[in-house]
Amino acid sequence: MSEAILRTEGLTKRFGGLVAVSDVSLDLHVGEVHVVIGPNGAGKSTLTNLLSGDLPATSGRVMLDGRDIAGLSSDQISRMGVGRSYQKTNIFLPFTVFENARLAAQSRTPYALRVFSGAEQYEAINALASSALESAGLAHRAQRVAATLSHGEQRQLEIAMCLATQPRVLLLDEPLAGMGPHESQRMVELIGKLRSDHAIMLIEHDMDAVFALANRLTVMVNGEVLETGSPEQVRSSPAVQAAYLGGEELLHE
Amino acid sequence: MNNVRFSRSLPYAVIGLLAMFPMLDSTFYTQLLSKVLIMAIFAMSLDLLVGYTGLVSFGHAAYFGLAGYVLALLAAKFEAVSLWWSLPAAIGICVAFALATGMLVLRTRGIYFIMVTLAFAQMLFFVFHDTKLGGGSDGIYIYTKPTMNLGDTVLVNLEKLDQFYWLVLFCTAGTYFLLRRILGSSFGRALMGIKVNEHRMRALGFPVFRYQLASFALAGGLGGLAGYLAAVQFGFVNPEILSWHQSGAVLMMVILGGMGTLHGAVIGAFAFVLLQEVLSNQAWFGIAAKHWQLAMGILIMLVALYLPQGLAGLMNKFQRKPPPEAEEGADV
Repeated sequence: MSEAILRTEGLTKRFGGLVAVSDVSLDLHVGEVHVVIGPNGAGKSTLTNLLSGDLPATSGRVMLDGRDIAGLSSDQISRMGVGRSYQKTNIFLPFTVFENARLAAQSRTPYALRVFSGAEQYEAINALASSALESAGLAHRAQRVAATLSHGEQRQLEIAMCLATQPRVLLLDEPLAGMGPHESQRMVELIGKLRSDHAIMLIEHDMDAVFALANRLTVMVNGEVLETGSPEQVRSSPAVQAAYLGGEELLHE
Repeated sequence: MNNVRFSRSLPYAVIGLLAMFPMLDSTFYTQLLSKVLIMAIFAMSLDLLVGYTGLVSFGHAAYFGLAGYVLALLAAKFEAVSLWWSLPAAIGICVAFALATGMLVLRTRGIYFIMVTLAFAQMLFFVFHDTKLGGGSDGIYIYTKPTMNLGDTVLVNLEKLDQFYWLVLFCTAGTYFLLRRILGSSFGRALMGIKVNEHRMRALGFPVFRYQLASFALAGGLGGLAGYLAAVQFGFVNPEILSWHQSGAVLMMVILGGMGTLHGAVIGAFAFVLLQEVLSNQAWFGIAAKHWQLAMGILIMLVALYLPQGLAGLMNKFQRKPPPEAEEGADV
């Protein structure tokens, strides 16, 4: 097993009296999809926000390549190679699809501060944006205004923007939510392909997708890790069966 | 196709026409137009913040007034100050002031940003109003206008109205093309991204604060350019030029013309100064002329209600017919 690229140790987040994430330790490896499941309010999105720097942790550490990144701002963490998508679509609605991806790609280049040359004359950035749209299946929509896309397509754009920043670690917060079956299928394939050279944390409710992709599965309940391990281990864990999977159906599918 | 060529060449045509204006030999109108063009620089500099970076500043007069005072304090009583260094000095001090205050105000958002920018402008107002530094509420006269010399030859003498006018026109055109260039660059695209969705820009790895600070400093510097030219034109400065009325007036110009379009800021400045001139004309409006602000207020309200994209948006309505629906046709 390769060494973890991103690892949390005792990560905790309190909102006043509420402990949203409690003492969570997990790790992400290149070549693996680490799926986090759990009921609503289990702290999955808060965990993502702690990893991406959108929220500061109350205590605990987030180690990226052996360096503690807890407390860094989200733009710093992003530039270190951690890309994330949002559960609630978070894109630039008035811009074209291409411009959304191009802006994302632009963030990675030393040209970003060049003030006098036209933004669209950097071939490398344009190519990066185009290939991210291609991967996410949106190439044919490049010139559309993002606000006019369907909900599912906006979710695809969300992923494309994340890819255009060329991250090593991908934090995907319910990427399939609101997608049709065809788009879901495509997204599962894409995530499967990205696995080989990315460390991926995937939060997802769609159990077909979860078991199709998971190399490692973590179940969260009330902010705590209930169980973590291979999908088989988790499935056969009595605690998980009792608390979350609800017994029979999933075990004997 | 012709439409594109038309709108591309329009700025050059307008500048060409304006350049010929002094040939009409009307002191009054040349002065009025100088004032309009100076306000156009001021409005464009604020539009960079309000229309492109999403920062509604209600203290932009601070830079306008500060640059004026810098010139007044630099100008010797009997000898003309050199344009070569007094203009860069005025702009430089404004940029420095913008950087220093920007470090603080850019930590606030929305209504707080409006209030804190106003507070800084008011602080500056009272520095010049209540201390001897700037002559108190009477202000300072600028007895001799700056000149630009090369060796012993006088290249530009701003005592001459025509030369002053051309300098102002040059600066207005320069500001327009500079900002257009910057807004089309990677930097400009990032600013627009920040305006639309600051949170996402940060998640994509953009150091949002630095971009905003750069924009704030650039806007401050260009506001200073306008303030310097205004001080030269009127020959004196007093605290009124950095009052909140002035900040409000330039904000109205931007809204009147249409936020987020550079030419809109120019149109807004034209419309505002000319309306002010017309509405306060006693020969036409008699007693109502005294209360021109009332009529102006009503006009601004009408624009806000019926022309949310300002006068520039009105022009687009006449020029281009098909709005975004046309893109539907491109579907695969």
